[in-house]
Amino acid sequence: MDAIPYFIGKYNYWGCIFLFFLGMYAMISKTNLIKKIIGLNIFQTSIILFFISASFKHDATLPILMEEHKGAIDPVMYLNPLPHVLMLTAIVVAVATLGVALTLALKVYRIYGTLEEDEINHAIQSH
Amino acid sequence: MKKLALILCLFAGGLLLMNAHYLPMWGDPASPASTHVSPYFIENAYEHTKTPNMVAVVLADYRSYDTMFEAAVVLAAGFACFFLLRSRARGKKGGHHYYRHIPTGVTIKIEEGGKLPAENSKVFRSIDALWTPYDPIIQTTCRCLIPFLQIYSLYVLAHGHYSPGGGFQAGVVLGATIILLAISHNLKTSLKRMSERTAALWSIIGVFIFAGTGLLCLLLGMDYLNYEVLAPLLLSDEAMARSHSILIVEVGVTMAVMAVMVWIYYNLSSAGQQDEGL
Repeated sequence: MDAIPYFIGKYNYWGCIFLFFLGMYAMISKTNLIKKIIGLNIFQTSIILFFISASFKHDATLPILMEEHKGAIDPVMYLNPLPHVLMLTAIVVAVATLGVALTLALKVYRIYGTLEEDEINHAIQSH
Repeated sequence: MKKLALILCLFAGGLLLMNAHYLPMWGDPASPASTHVSPYFIENAYEHTKTPNMVAVVLADYRSYDTMFEAAVVLAAGFACFFLLRSRARGKKGGHHYYRHIPTGVTIKIEEGGKLPAENSKVFRSIDALWTPYDPIIQTTCRCLIPFLQIYSLYVLAHGHYSPGGGFQAGVVLGATIILLAISHNLKTSLKRMSERTAALWSIIGVFIFAGTGLLCLLLGMDYLNYEVLAPLLLSDEAMARSHSILIVEVGVTMAVMAVMVWIYYNLSSAGQQDEGL
């Protein structure tokens, strides 16, 4: 196995894996809730990039049928439409879940006056 | 904790990297993702629905259950924000609340039962006599931009069968115009254009249009969301009926997404109070 074509030929996965664990690290290690939410969003972005890169084919174009292909359609000519659909809905749902996450953070801030996880834990235990 | 997280992430990342040789090469036409169900979609989408944009076909026809429940998830998120933030906290905290008047930058405390002065009343100017108009350039620019953005979003919706676009994108652009109005002017201005009740109603009606189309198919004796049976109602053959139904369904998605984006913004930006000019 040639190392250099292997690493160049799969560069999309290296990016996705890096973003995936960047988001995961932020979610585990950061104590600020807003930073955790940002980590969650980086995590989601890596999944979206992974799906979109899976739909890519060399020498293919957008999955919108061209006029001259209406008789005989060759699947090699067009990108895979399914990951696009899945990620299209996933992006909108990601925005909606981000709204809910920020709402919960706001609610926590109202009650405890802080967004730091250790201070919140301390406040809960001292009650 | 941080070191543990780093070790865990590096370990799991190493495992993934070691197994990356199972994954197909970048842009490989023979990859598993492009060989099973995707050729069926590409070959049959136009024949089944007379719609060139395969993404719209898969979104609203082949995988319409998925899309319908995604719209329901978005609606549920809007409701979650509403129920979490829109409490009657004002009554508990001694009955007063604060209001910031954007043009003059005056913040006033309104006692229980007190009435909010009108936006353009002289009261604020008498409090702060040295006020300067607030961001006239941004306000004018946004006021000129918003109608064109809204027309563009309707174009994205209506032309979604033939070009990249569709319900979700149009809904997000349309919602962004209302949010742009709220950012450039203030929350009261955009609430006057689109009240919270309108946003809630639109989001419910949007999901209802989607679910109702499916229910209509069920009532006419076919499977849920099988649009072919709507052909006599839409005065067309079966393939065109599917094409028209995709448009109907995407109108519903647009309404739901737009209204929920605006609704979540209203509640989040003002922490559920909705009277403080932001």
